[in-house]
Amino acid sequence: MTDWKPSADIAMLHKRAALLASVRQFFAVRSVMEVDVPVMAHATVTDPNIESFSVRTPATTSKYYLMTSPEFYIKRLLAAGCGAVYYLGKAFRAEESGSRHSPEFTMLEWYRPQWTAQQLMEEVSTLVANYIDGDIHKTTYRQVFLNHLGIDPHTVSVAALKALAHERLSPAFDSEDRNIWLDLLFSHLVEPQLQGKVFVEQFPAAQAALAQTFVDAYGNRVAARFELYINGVEIANGYQEELDAEVLAARFLENIELRKSRGQTLPPIDEKFLAAMAAGMPPCAGVALGFDRLLMIASGENNIAAVLPFPS
Amino acid sequence: MASYSTSEFKGGLKVMLDGDPCSILDNENVKPGKGQAFSRTRLKNLKTGRVLEKTFKSGDTLEGADVADRDMQYLYNDGEYWHFMEPESFEQYQADKNAVGDAALWMKEEDVCMVTLYNGSPLAVTPPNHVVMEVMETDPGLRGDTATGGTKPAKLATGAVVKVPLFMNVGDLIRIDTRTGEYLGRAKE
Repeated sequence: MTDWKPSADIAMLHKRAALLASVRQFFAVRSVMEVDVPVMAHATVTDPNIESFSVRTPATTSKYYLMTSPEFYIKRLLAAGCGAVYYLGKAFRAEESGSRHSPEFTMLEWYRPQWTAQQLMEEVSTLVANYIDGDIHKTTYRQVFLNHLGIDPHTVSVAALKALAHERLSPAFDSEDRNIWLDLLFSHLVEPQLQGKVFVEQFPAAQAALAQTFVDAYGNRVAARFELYINGVEIANGYQEELDAEVLAARFLENIELRKSRGQTLPPIDEKFLAAMAAGMPPCAGVALGFDRLLMIASGENNIAAVLPFPS
Repeated sequence: MASYSTSEFKGGLKVMLDGDPCSILDNENVKPGKGQAFSRTRLKNLKTGRVLEKTFKSGDTLEGADVADRDMQYLYNDGEYWHFMEPESFEQYQADKNAVGDAALWMKEEDVCMVTLYNGSPLAVTPPNHVVMEVMETDPGLRGDTATGGTKPAKLATGAVVKVPLFMNVGDLIRIDTRTGEYLGRAKE
């Protein structure tokens, strides 16, 4: 029989609707404007770990990408002087599906001009506390590696990372890329330990994405990037936004080179985004939060399908 | 054989890993907030029966394994090999002790078993979930004792030993769950 029924029950859809309304109210009282930027764009993210869907019409050769985050459009709005804004809507990532991932998902992303990442983390805490109880605490990427694996992720050798991965896990691959081993250990052995509400800050500079970098108290270059975990589930990712168009362009080119070396697709770089950054975006902090995961955790569900009307 | 990327890994897919054919049991995608995604995969080595867990980088590939499950009739054992026949083609296959393993305890001539072929040769044999076998040896039955729930060992023609209720006798037919080796009930024929 064809299974036509929704994957969430109707009571969950009422909760979902209430949460959507409540989040919009949260930003309305703070005078943060909602923007519904396009989900189809001519360029997309270059991050080698994110794959975009592409869309074509039968009649023309023009190609669009379904956006993986509203970031590039919103930053163009910020450069145009829009002030504090948020997006609450769909985003798309190919090849991501599982108990916590859906290729089509609902993203809450917001930007606070003139704010620091620390101020934004406070606001994230306030928002999340409306739906999920419990104290929140802050730690660093270095500290969680020291606590749970006994190594300093910034100074440890690739050989030692590999040895630890083989001791604790069964990797079926080899690599000389330090970040792959860090990602493996972090996702398999550290994340599940992040119980309660935990902000992790100061990721390695190589994982800065679009965040600024700085030198930490131990002399390591780290990213001004934070992630919020709740009971081992990543729920939000934020940056003190990098403002320098040349730094960003260089990171995009690095991504493209890495994609070439891995035989991945080569998406076009978003030149309009880079032009907006060159024109000048005000200093700001921004964060993206997985709306479906927020609902999932707030309602004690373990599978994202349970909070989506239909799985994609 | 085709090769399969981690995005195609799902339960039942047969792949080669370190030179052995394996069946994927399940696959979970694990991804840090940003960064490399992984596939944490549980596989069953079809030669040894061992279950192992491996972590792949998303996008990694494995060669498919030339493995097929076929229903075949068990014909006889010649002392060294167990002989099976595909009912439609009448093609016969011989399976050795390694392939048959514990299935030998639960196979009766003419029963239909699942034979897993690897590169055309039997790699494993799975008996039907439920089989009917005759009790060959057991202590004499306790008449009328159908309620106390006590059990005693009973030996079958294959050498398998099953716990049966106290009232069972030599020559009785019993139904057995081959996955657990447990007595399910009396059988008529």
